[in-house]
Amino acid sequence: MTINWFKYASPASFYFLAGRMIPYFSIAAIIFLIVGLYIAFFSAPTDFQQGEAYRIIFIHVPAAWMSMFLYVVMAFWAGIGLAFNTRLSSMVASAIAPTGAMFTFLALWTGAWWGKPMWGTWWVWDARLTSELILFFLYIGFMSLQAAIDDPRRADKAGAIIALVGVVNIPIIYFSVQWWNTLHQGASVSLIQSPKMATAMLSGMLIMALAVWMYSIVMILIRARLIILERERHTAWVSELKEGVLE
Amino acid sequence: MKWESVSDFFAMGGYGLYVWGSYLVAVLCVIGEIIAIRIRRRTLYKHLGLRKRSILRGEK
Repeated sequence: MTINWFKYASPASFYFLAGRMIPYFSIAAIIFLIVGLYIAFFSAPTDFQQGEAYRIIFIHVPAAWMSMFLYVVMAFWAGIGLAFNTRLSSMVASAIAPTGAMFTFLALWTGAWWGKPMWGTWWVWDARLTSELILFFLYIGFMSLQAAIDDPRRADKAGAIIALVGVVNIPIIYFSVQWWNTLHQGASVSLIQSPKMATAMLSGMLIMALAVWMYSIVMILIRARLIILERERHTAWVSELKEGVLE
Repeated sequence: MKWESVSDFFAMGGYGLYVWGSYLVAVLCVIGEIIAIRIRRRTLYKHLGLRKRSILRGEK
């Protein structure tokens, strides 16, 4: 039996595969969200230092993780599209950007609303906060640049260069709390140290992280399908789809 | 149950404004993204000259 590894690299095959996967990821997102929010508000204990204010962590940390992770995935696919001229890779990169920007905004917003009661200020120009703000501008820059160029393939290439250059910002965000003296606390979860927080807090945070992960996959797949149709609207398979031949 | 009453829950130990200010905006972001996608889809379908929306779902 031979497997055609490149089958889903074709926008048409991916369009149908994505359509079949969306319901499963949606259900997973809803289940993780319900369980995660239940733990966040009903099962996790009150923090001995921060009282109930720390409950912002259950949205802040998953959003911040997602903002960085999505950027790396976006830059990866944009880079693949640039290097190998694969149309679908670039379309997926474009589909990721708005969701990534949304989570970056959310990380900044929830950070401000957590900083105000704990630090006494909404915002400080310290390394962690500033580099995360730069990440937001990178997403916005990527999207604006692509929107400003009419030819989609040229827009892909220009976007890929911004995305790849901006990757340097990701380790800066991640290690900023170690490299500089910042107001922001250190990493909540580390691969080399045992967790510093209560089990319920940690599990709630990880389940919320899974929820935003599933949510992102759903949004990206839906948006990728729209981008595929937008760009492939003159092709035979889209015409067949419109006429119902492929149904 | 760790909360004594509904108002105790919403007060969040005095941090209600900050906790709910964060979660409310998270909900608004999600709703906003879904609305943006729906508008994009509607524009696309109009552009493709489709009347029946279900056709392009592509589920078999």
